[in-house]
Amino acid sequence: MNENPLLSLFGYFALLSLFAVGGANAAIPEMHRIAVETMHWMTERQFSDSFAIAQISPGPNIIIVTLIGYHVAGLAGAAVATAAMCGPTCVLAFLVARTWDRFKEARWRIAIQSGLVPVSLGLIAASAFVLARSADHSVYAALITATTAFVGFATRINPLWIFAIGGLLGLSGWL
Amino acid sequence: MSISPGASAPPVKRPSLPELFRSFVIVSISGFGGALPWARRMIVEQRHWMTAEEFNEAFALSQFLPGPNVVNFSVVFGSRFGGAPGAAVALAGLMAPPLIIVTVLAMLYARFGDIELLSRALTGIAAAATGLLIAVVAKMAAPLFRKRWNWAPLVAIAAFIGVAIMQWPLPWVFAALAPLSIALAWVKR
Repeated sequence: MNENPLLSLFGYFALLSLFAVGGANAAIPEMHRIAVETMHWMTERQFSDSFAIAQISPGPNIIIVTLIGYHVAGLAGAAVATAAMCGPTCVLAFLVARTWDRFKEARWRIAIQSGLVPVSLGLIAASAFVLARSADHSVYAALITATTAFVGFATRINPLWIFAIGGLLGLSGWL
Repeated sequence: MSISPGASAPPVKRPSLPELFRSFVIVSISGFGGALPWARRMIVEQRHWMTAEEFNEAFALSQFLPGPNVVNFSVVFGSRFGGAPGAAVALAGLMAPPLIIVTVLAMLYARFGDIELLSRALTGIAAAATGLLIAVVAKMAAPLFRKRWNWAPLVAIAAFIGVAIMQWPLPWVFAALAPLSIALAWVKR
């Protein structure tokens, strides 16, 4: 495709942001599909590296789009991808915030809220699946994923420690 | 910290625009592994800008809206106290520090990403981060699968299969499942 990369970045991420119920984590498979499979902007490896970098950075996880944007078109790409991912939903949040409180007890509001929960759960589960496929290339990597999943579910340990251990094990060359 | 034991007394303080900006900068740079606990600590416990109930309601709204929850929350919170300028200022405070940090990291990665050591470390971190995401899924799934509403797990599984296995585009899967799920929630209430 010979499209202007800034335009495609903007178009894809602006559209994606409106369907990302459940936040950045729900949108990972679609980002992967677009960036790796459809547009061939990055390799499988670069995608999972970007996810890792977004995770160790402070702030919202959605920052992964900044990394994808930078990879595609430098600083302009980073700015455009981030604006596209946050702009439409922020405008929506602003508009809804002003009216939402009025319908606190409305039946349709409760139905929308509880109806979207399982959709978003399925999307986040799909993200975990896509990421596991692109990150776990060895039995050891898969073991780290499984151990972290258990530790994250059963304890309240700060995730940064888990990332540090994962990084060190990676450095040691076992993965 | 609290003045009275009844936690639902309306908070008296209102943040100014510079205060809004500064607090969201702090929330943002503290927020490794989720900014929500930090936002709550700052807004409810330290500054008394919202009661616990008001915070929960504002956050529930941010979660239900599409897009990143904390980003939505900054807009909802900022607009409540300062209208459109308030929303813009809170959003800017939340996004500025990570944008700068991540852009620097992106430059470093573009330059040094091929270095074997770095890519090995990132492999380990990516594996760990994936595990944490699975833990989040398990925590979210637990209450859903316990409920009497037996349709909810089916919707979740259908969304998973559509996106992860069939690799259909997200907007299609969403357009098919969201109305169905909302209708079921309406009927089965």
